[in-house]
Amino acid sequence: MGAVIALVPAGKTRTTSYLFSLFGALSFLAIGIYLTVAPSVTYQALSVSSVFEFSFRGDALAGFFMITISLVTFAVSIYSIGFTRTFRHAGLMGFFYNTLILSLYAVVLSANIFTFLISWETMAIASYFLVTFERNEKAARAGLFYAVMTHIGTAFIIALFFILYRYTGRMDFEGMKAGLSGIPVSVRSIIFIFSVIGFGTKSGIIPLHTWIPRAYAVVPSNIAAIMSGLMVKMGIYGLIRICMDVMGQGPEWWGIALICVGAVSAILGILYSLIENEVKLFLAYSSVENIGIILLGVGAAMMFKSNGFYALSSLALTAALFHVLNHALFKSVLFLGAGSVITSMGRSNMETMGGLLKRMPYTGFFFLVGSLSICALPPLNGFVSEWLTYQSLLLGFQVPSVTAKIVSPLGGAALALTGALAAAGFVKAFGISFLGMPRSAQAREAKETSITMILGMALLAVPCLLFGIFPATAISLLASAVYGVTGASTLVYQQGVLGIPQTSATLSPVAILITMAVMLLAALLFIRIVGGQRKIVYADSWDCGIRGLTSRMQYTATAFTKPLRIIYKRIYLPSRDLKVSYLIKPFFVKSIRYGGEITPFFDRYVYEPVTRFIQIVAGNVKLLQSGSLQLYLGYILITLIVLLIFGT
Amino acid sequence: MEYYQFLIIIIFSPLVNGLIKTFKAEMQGRKGPGVLQSYYDLLRLFKKDMVVSTVTSWIFKAAPYIVYASMVAAAMIVPVITTASAFDVMGDIIALIALFALARFFMALAGLDAGTAFGGEGSSREMTVAILVEPMMMLALFTAAIAAGSTNIARIAGAQGIAYSPSHLLALAAFIVAIIAETGRVPVDNPDTHLELTMIHEGMILEYSGKYLALMEWAHSIKQMVLFTLAVDVFIPFGMAHAAGGLGMAAASGMYAIKMLSMCVLMAAVESTRAKVRFFQLPSILGGAFVLAFLSLVTHIMMGK
Repeated sequence: MGAVIALVPAGKTRTTSYLFSLFGALSFLAIGIYLTVAPSVTYQALSVSSVFEFSFRGDALAGFFMITISLVTFAVSIYSIGFTRTFRHAGLMGFFYNTLILSLYAVVLSANIFTFLISWETMAIASYFLVTFERNEKAARAGLFYAVMTHIGTAFIIALFFILYRYTGRMDFEGMKAGLSGIPVSVRSIIFIFSVIGFGTKSGIIPLHTWIPRAYAVVPSNIAAIMSGLMVKMGIYGLIRICMDVMGQGPEWWGIALICVGAVSAILGILYSLIENEVKLFLAYSSVENIGIILLGVGAAMMFKSNGFYALSSLALTAALFHVLNHALFKSVLFLGAGSVITSMGRSNMETMGGLLKRMPYTGFFFLVGSLSICALPPLNGFVSEWLTYQSLLLGFQVPSVTAKIVSPLGGAALALTGALAAAGFVKAFGISFLGMPRSAQAREAKETSITMILGMALLAVPCLLFGIFPATAISLLASAVYGVTGASTLVYQQGVLGIPQTSATLSPVAILITMAVMLLAALLFIRIVGGQRKIVYADSWDCGIRGLTSRMQYTATAFTKPLRIIYKRIYLPSRDLKVSYLIKPFFVKSIRYGGEITPFFDRYVYEPVTRFIQIVAGNVKLLQSGSLQLYLGYILITLIVLLIFGT
Repeated sequence: MEYYQFLIIIIFSPLVNGLIKTFKAEMQGRKGPGVLQSYYDLLRLFKKDMVVSTVTSWIFKAAPYIVYASMVAAAMIVPVITTASAFDVMGDIIALIALFALARFFMALAGLDAGTAFGGEGSSREMTVAILVEPMMMLALFTAAIAAGSTNIARIAGAQGIAYSPSHLLALAAFIVAIIAETGRVPVDNPDTHLELTMIHEGMILEYSGKYLALMEWAHSIKQMVLFTLAVDVFIPFGMAHAAGGLGMAAASGMYAIKMLSMCVLMAAVESTRAKVRFFQLPSILGGAFVLAFLSLVTHIMMGK
C-alpha cells in the first residue's frame, strides 16, 4: 500500500501533481491486477477505537475497480498536462484532482462503514470543488445543486449502514456478511431501496440525475472524464458491494426493479442526450444512459441469483462489470475529445463546429473510436459488453416467474432502442462537429492540440479497440471479481471465440474483423479487375445549380434531431416560439425568429414543487426564530411544561 | 458447400433486386427492365470515373468499403441452404443486427460529410427510422431465439419443431414490416425516386458515384437478401439441409430459390398496392409492428409455443 504516498495531494505545480497521479495510477494498477489473482488482503491503517478505525480490504471486486480507475486516470493525467496549461490556479486543480482520484481508490478499498463514509465524503467534496472551479455564478449554482443532491444520497447511505449495523452489530463489511441471518427480508428490502436511492444519486439514475447536466456543463473536460468515467461508477460499486456481496441475495423483485430502473434511465437518458447540442451536456446525459445499461446487467444478475441460477448470474454480472470498464474508457476519451475541441475553438456548441476532422485529425479519429464503442458497434469493446447484456436478458426466460420472463426480453428491446438512439445521437455529434463545412470562424481556424493531449486520448482509444477484439483480456481481469460475488463462472473463451454454454451462442470479434478485412481485399481486387484503374475528379458538392453552397445551408444539429422531437413529443414536451415580422403582410417577410426548447420534465414537475414546498416550510419555521430573547425563553418554558406533562 | 453458401447471397443479391423490379412492373402493367439490369448497372458504375466533393473527409471514402465489408460479414453469419453453417461461430442474430448498425452508422456519417442538405436529411431520417425499427426487429427475433433457446441462427433454423406456432406467425408479421423499412421500400421509403422530399436511403448516398456508388448499391442489395434469408431461416426453415453435401443440398437449394421468389413477389405486391406514407405517420405503422412483436412474445410465454 505504499503507493498511497504517491497520490498524497501534491499541488505545488501543475505538472508535478499530474506526474504524481501517473505514478499512483501505475502502482495501483499493479495492486489491482495482483488483487484479481491473489486472495484478498486486509490492511489496518489507523485504529482509534472500534468505531473510528481506518481499515482497508482489497478483494477481486476492488481490484477490478482499481484497474479501471488506474487505466483511465493514467491517460487523463497525461492529457491534463497539456490541457491545463492555460488554466488559472492549475496547481490547485491538480490538488483536488489527485484528492478525487485517491478518494476513488479509498472507496473501493474501504473495509468498514467509517472508512467508506470518510472516503465517500472526500470524493464528494473534492468533486464539489472541481465543479465550482471556474469561479462564476453558473458554476456556483451547479456546485450548490450538486452538493445538495450528493448529500441526499449520502444520507440514504448512512441510513442503510445504520440499519445494517443495528441488525448485525458489526461495522466492517466482512462482519456484516457473517451476521446477516438476523436481518428479516422486509428490512433487507428497505436496505436495497435505500442503496438504490443513495448510490443511484451518485450514479445519476433517472429521476436522480438532475445534478449531472448541471455539473458537467461547468466542469473542465478532464475532470468530467474522471467524474463520468469513474466517479459515477462508485454508485454501481456500492450497489454491488452492499446488495450482492454483503447481503448476498434478496427476493426476485429486486432484480426486476433494477432492470426497470435501468431501462428507464437508459432510454430517457439517451433521449435527453441526443437533442443536446452542447457537446459536454450531450455526453453527460449519455452517461445516464450507460448507467442504465450497466443496471440492466446488475439487475439481471440479482434476478438470477435470487432464483439460484448462479451461472447465469455470473454471466449478467460479467456483462455489467465489463460495461463499467468499457464506459470508463470510451466516455473518458469522448470527454477528452470534447475538451480538445473546446480548447481549440473556444466554443462548445455543435452548431458552431463542422469540418473539424480535417483540422484536428487525431482528435477526430479518437472521438470516432469512442463514438463507435459507445454505440455498441463491432468490433469495439462496447459491442461485446452489450452483447453479453443481451444474452443475459434473453436467458431471463429460464426464470420460472412470468414477470421475469416478460420483463427481461423487454429489457432487451429497451437495450435495442437505446442502441439505435445512441447511434442517432453520435452520428449527430460526430457528423455535425467533425464533418461537413465549418460553421464558424473559430471552427475554420481550429488547430490540432498538444502532443500530451493526443497521447492521453490514444491511451484510452487503443484499449477500446483491444478489449473489443480480444474481450478475453478484459474478462479475465473481472472473472475473479464475478466469481467472488456469484460463486460461479460461465463464459467460455477459446481460440478467439466467446461462448455461452447455456444458449450455445458464440461471438468472435476477431473473426468478424478478419472476415471484413479479407472480404474487403477481395472486393478491391474484384473492382480492379472488372473496372480497371479509374480516376477521381474533385468538385463541389451537388448544389442543385445554385452556385456555391455555404456552410449555413448544411443540415444543423437541431434539424438532425427534429424528427425525434416530433415523434417523442410526449416525452420532450417541446415548446416553440415563432416571431415573424413583415414588410407587407403577408407577402414580404422581413425577419423570422425561431426559438424552440424542450421542457426539463423532472426539473419542472418533480424538483421545483419539492423545492417550493421546502421553501414554504422553511419560511414558516422562520417565523419562530424572531430573534427576541423573551420569545426563546418562552419556548423553553413551554417545552419544559410539555415535557413535565408527558414525561411523567 | 457450407463454406461457400454465403457466396450465393453475394452473387445473387442483385438478381433479387432485378426480380422485384420485374414483378413490380408486371403487377403495375409496365414492361420493366430485364432481371439482369442490376448487374449491368453495377458493371457500368465500376467502370466509371468518380466525382468526389472537395468538402468531404476520409470518412466519405472509407464508408463504402466499411458498409460493403460489414454486409458481407453479415451474409457469412446467416445460414443459407444448410444449417451446418461454417461461419456462424463468428456471431449470432445480435451480431448480425450490430453489423447492420455499423454499416448504417458510416452511411449516415457519409451523408453528412459532403455538407449538403440532402445528405443530412437522408441521414437524419435513416437514423430516425432505425430507432423505430431496431427494437421491434430485435423483439421479433427474441421470440424465436427464446423459443429455440439460442441466439445462434443455425440453431434457431434447426429447431424446426417450434416454428409455425401462433407466436412465430405474429413475430414473422412484425419482421416483414421490419424488412420493408430496413430495405427502404414503400411505404417507408421509395427506392425508385430521387425526389428530395421523400428519399431516405438515396439521400444519404446522393454524393456517391462510380465504384463507391456501386459498392453502396451492392451492399444494399446484399443487406436485402440477408434479411430475406434471415426471415426464412428463423420463421420458415422448412426444407433446409441439416448436413453438408449430397442430394439434400440440391433439394434445399431448390426450396431456398422458391422461398426467395416468394419474398420477391411479396415485396413487389406490397410496393404495388401501398402508397408511400408521410414520414411522421411511420411511427404508427412501425409502432403497430412493435405491438405485434410484443404480442408474439407474450403469446409464447403464456401458451408456451
